Amino acid sequence: MAECKYDWPKAGERELIGKPIDRIDGPEKASGRARYTYDTNRPGILIAKLLTCPYAHAKIKSIDISLAQNFPGVKAVLVIQGVGSEIQWAGDEVVAVAAVSEDIAEDARRRIKIEYEQLPHLVREEDLDRAQADGRTKAAGEETVGDPDKAFQDPEAVISKGYYGIPVITHCCLEAHGNVAEWSDAKTLKTWSSTQNVSGLPGQIGAGLRLQKVNVDDSNIETVCQYIGGGFGSKFSPDRWGIVVAQLAKMAGKPVKLMLDRDTELEMAGARPSAFAKIRIAAKKDGTLTAWDSESWGTGGVGPSGHPPLPYILQPPNTHWKHTMVAANIGPSRAWRAPNHPQACLLTLGALDDLAAKLEMDAVAFLMKNVHLAPQHLGEVYSAELQKAAELAEWKKNWHPRGDKTPGYIKRGMGVSLHTWGGRGHTSTCNVIVRPDGSVTVRLGSQDLGTGTRTVIAISVAETFGLPVEAVQVEIGDSKYPPSGASGGSTTVGGVSGSTRRGAVDALDELFAAVAPSLGVQAGQLEARNGRIRVKGDSSKSLTWKQACSKLGVKTIQTTGKNPGPCHLNDSGVGGVQIAAVSVDTETGLVKVDKIVAVQDCGLVIDMKTAESQVYGALIMGICYSLLEEKVMDEKLGRMLNPNMEFYKLAGIGDIGELVVHMMTGPGYDERGVIGLGEPPVISPGAAISNAVANAIGVRVPTLPLTPDRVLAALDKGGLA
Amino acid sequence: MRRKKDRPQKAASDKASLTRRDFLRGAGVTVSGGLLVGSKVAEAAPPPPKSEVVGPGAVPVTLRVNGKVHKLNLEPRVTLLDALRDHLDITGSKKVCDRATCGACTVMMDRKPVYSCTVLALEAEGHDITTIEGLAGDDKLTPVMAAFVNHDAQQCGFCTPGFVMACTAFLERNPNPTLEEIEKGLGGNLCRCGTYWGVRHAVLQAAKEMKGGTHGRV
Repeated sequence: MAECKYDWPKAGERELIGKPIDRIDGPEKASGRARYTYDTNRPGILIAKLLTCPYAHAKIKSIDISLAQNFPGVKAVLVIQGVGSEIQWAGDEVVAVAAVSEDIAEDARRRIKIEYEQLPHLVREEDLDRAQADGRTKAAGEETVGDPDKAFQDPEAVISKGYYGIPVITHCCLEAHGNVAEWSDAKTLKTWSSTQNVSGLPGQIGAGLRLQKVNVDDSNIETVCQYIGGGFGSKFSPDRWGIVVAQLAKMAGKPVKLMLDRDTELEMAGARPSAFAKIRIAAKKDGTLTAWDSESWGTGGVGPSGHPPLPYILQPPNTHWKHTMVAANIGPSRAWRAPNHPQACLLTLGALDDLAAKLEMDAVAFLMKNVHLAPQHLGEVYSAELQKAAELAEWKKNWHPRGDKTPGYIKRGMGVSLHTWGGRGHTSTCNVIVRPDGSVTVRLGSQDLGTGTRTVIAISVAETFGLPVEAVQVEIGDSKYPPSGASGGSTTVGGVSGSTRRGAVDALDELFAAVAPSLGVQAGQLEARNGRIRVKGDSSKSLTWKQACSKLGVKTIQTTGKNPGPCHLNDSGVGGVQIAAVSVDTETGLVKVDKIVAVQDCGLVIDMKTAESQVYGALIMGICYSLLEEKVMDEKLGRMLNPNMEFYKLAGIGDIGELVVHMMTGPGYDERGVIGLGEPPVISPGAAISNAVANAIGVRVPTLPLTPDRVLAALDKGGLA
Repeated sequence: MRRKKDRPQKAASDKASLTRRDFLRGAGVTVSGGLLVGSKVAEAAPPPPKSEVVGPGAVPVTLRVNGKVHKLNLEPRVTLLDALRDHLDITGSKKVCDRATCGACTVMMDRKPVYSCTVLALEAEGHDITTIEGLAGDDKLTPVMAAFVNHDAQQCGFCTPGFVMACTAFLERNPNPTLEEIEKGLGGNLCRCGTYWGVRHAVLQAAKEMKGGTHGRV
């Protein structure tokens, strides 16, 4: 490929890119100085609370807010959904109260009287027949490729049939969804928002307010988010409560903070759609996949939601899939890290693993045999990654055929999975500013979810200028800065590294032009390395960065960098392989993760430290949803039974076993440019752990999470115990 | 902790639909000598101490936080966490589960870690309260904080202050912990981003730097 002016530096010329670098906002966070939306205290601030509907499906018959309105300390009461409104899930917001303290807002909330007419609900979707009988199902797609019927009738075919499932889970961000809203005058609004979408929020808030007859221009709304306590795909929109808080602030003439209560957060501010499937697959005796047939269903709430792409990654020549959506009164689905992929992965890789067991094949060898069925270049990537993962997990030494035959009630097993994701950099605009005093600032309306966005921006600019990371002042998290995309789908690091690289290269060109005369050379002969501007090939001719910037006189350089743009700085499409090792106590049904090996590619890694953190974190999140997490709905009450952190379980520090992360870098990977990493490593843990449990106990536990009751039920049906 | 006997006693005026939480933060609060946290709960109930009822209206409360004395006027039901965050603008301790499960609100009382969401501000009177802001000076980091940065034991960072507090208190009692002790000792703090791997390494590094710990491997 011809050289292009914005290209990333070549391998030998990188000072920072790819090295393990501390996140630049680490000290702020570790010392408690970082201020989140929840920590925003404004003079005279009011606290707002939502009164939510206790029923899964109901019509509002009457609302009486008079006692709340007259309650001492209450400054505004807003009916969000009026009489006659139909509520479709428990936890939906009906009335909001703003008061001088949280306790008083809660006191007043209890004095609101609402009568409901309860309507029939459905909150459990695993029983498809029941959902169909209730008229709650809708066809969501069906496709046939090749001739699956014929392939399954082939007398030589080895066929495996199974049932697999993955329930609705909730995001459980530690910082609840919410905002602070403050009107500085009748037309000017500022919000502090816990959001993945700083640049996009003012437009959405403005549209929402105008629908409520609040006259405001988007250009008069500023959204700030310096720190966010978790999003994972659930915080792209202001949500209705983000509009409500601005209405309350307007009504009360004071700033208002509205953060969701923990139970509301879990009931309605985060849901990953479920997926259940009956699957039939066929292979030749040598393990080559020939056919797939799946009938799947799931719910993402009462409205439509995506469905898992089946079969996942490996496409046999003959496939048929059919998906049905179930409308359940459980709260709307939200994007959850790698939407639809963890579901597709569990269903597909689980079914493939059962087929491999039936073929009495080594599961890694079976995948190796079939990676040519992966799209594009991924077959090669998977081969390399399977090999590396098997080596790190000591697969050949530790793996055994299905069912641990060693004596004792603790059974050990290993499972493998693979995944894919896109992750192309999003649209991003930035300003790069270089001042005569040598200071450097880069500004963009992006946000750092904890993925290391700030640090990546600093590295991109510092690398370009030949400066240390701390020489770059990164300003993000404010919608008044040049717009940058929402952080979702692993698009941020590719987007912001691209825009800031281009902006920095252009700024450097301007600096070279200002400096060249004093060094007696053409601008094109200069380079920026090790804190100096120097003449290429003549180290005697150089200036320090500061001296060079002083040549600007009174002029400040300000460039605009964009992504996408010229030169190949980012790409899309990664693989990834994970191997899990587990111990299962067949007397109690308890599953313990002993070890997970993750081998992951993501093109050019900008910061190895934060990249590895993404993978470690994804593995731990994966352990959570594999072993513990489920939004448990009560069929009769229509409510979530575990909307709290005692019973909506997350793994603790003692539940994670040993984690091994290996990033695929170097030739073949680096030249692809930057590819996002947030989603891919969270996809495989479900399948890898489920497969490891099947390998240990000799029988598939069909649905996640792999709780003791499910493990014991599976053992009762067959297996080793 | 003793309240003055001349505190006016008021009857609870709010009897509408008490929840467990309201009960704990009740409109009328019985003030006794014990803390409602940690191992105290598990101990056999001592004979009821002399107690008095205060509230439900605001009463004077004096809190000593990070060595500084703050005089506040708080309803007895106000938790230590809310007093810190909403009344003193000390926001390092986070409100997450608000019921003693996740540890994000961890502070120290007389150097013992407590969940400040489940301690009433009144109960904290007379104790030395240390929040994360009180561990290091401005712009400085303690060895635990520095180890968290070095091992990237944080992502979104919302659980981090609670974790740093718990780690600090843990290391004061276990200066040379094994991995098993770390897993047990820090089991009361939850993280959603999944930073436990870094936390394990950070604790070991901090132990080495603070007390010459020798268990260096995870």
